[in-house]
Amino acid sequence: MSIWEYANPKRFMQTSSWLLPLFTWAALACLTVGLVWGFFFTPDDFRQGSTVKIIYIHVPSAFLAINAWFMMLVCSLIWLIRRHHVSALAAKAAAPVGVTMTLIALATGAIWGQPMWGTYWAWDPRLTSFLILFLFYIGYMALWASIENPDTAADLTSVLCLVGSVFAVLSRYAVLFWNQGLHQGASLSLDKEENVADVFYLPLLVSLAGFGLLFVALVLLRTRTEIRARRLSALIARERMA
Amino acid sequence: MIPDLGKYADTVLSAYAISLGLLFGTVILSVWQSKRMKTRLAEAEARFQKSGETGADQPQPNTNPTD
Repeated sequence: MSIWEYANPKRFMQTSSWLLPLFTWAALACLTVGLVWGFFFTPDDFRQGSTVKIIYIHVPSAFLAINAWFMMLVCSLIWLIRRHHVSALAAKAAAPVGVTMTLIALATGAIWGQPMWGTYWAWDPRLTSFLILFLFYIGYMALWASIENPDTAADLTSVLCLVGSVFAVLSRYAVLFWNQGLHQGASLSLDKEENVADVFYLPLLVSLAGFGLLFVALVLLRTRTEIRARRLSALIARERMA
Repeated sequence: MIPDLGKYADTVLSAYAISLGLLFGTVILSVWQSKRMKTRLAEAEARFQKSGETGADQPQPNTNPTD
């Protein structure tokens, strides 16, 4: 069996029909456990006080905001190279979820920044690249909405996605590239020395899993909607020709 | 029930409220769009099937976008 079989909309609909409830319930369970654990059962940080509890939503949403764009990039490349419609529709479906994650990361970052940095916003490299990523998401969705021909829309949005990937990379590594600004380094890393303390780390991982699973569930649901919308427009076109 | 958040209570609670609001909003919007599209497609398929029974000899274009 090949992964390309899922490029067939019928096959995708069949498989996603049983995957969707699994991901939905797993997301609900992980989000509930992660957020309740983090909010109610973790101590305050000795420097940041209770604001450290924002980490359980800020870090996962920022992580997903960047990785949603990479998922869209992979789907866009598949569309450009192999012309599989489901991959173009999956990229389109992921954008509104990605923009929500970016907005959550920006909003919680600003709210967290006020007591810690004394300001809601600074033109820090990471914050600025994140804001540009947010604008790319908006532009990507607007471009899809503004072009009537779906194949042309998929082509142009795929190119936009390739360009926007620069800012997705910058959002992730801006702190390392410029080594300046207010934003700290990564809270999660494969290098255990750089991670947050264990007492915050475990609920953060569960929350991160919850956000990830919710993202997958929403993308599956929205891709199914896009496939149905494509089928509907094809039926309407056929009715007009008859 | 709510832990003592001290002087940062407003900060933490507003961050959670905005985030959960946005997440719920996205979920509700996605589910609503999905249900609406499912209904519209079912109606169109029923309509098309009905008209197909009366005009079966008409030439049919390909409606599957992935073929």
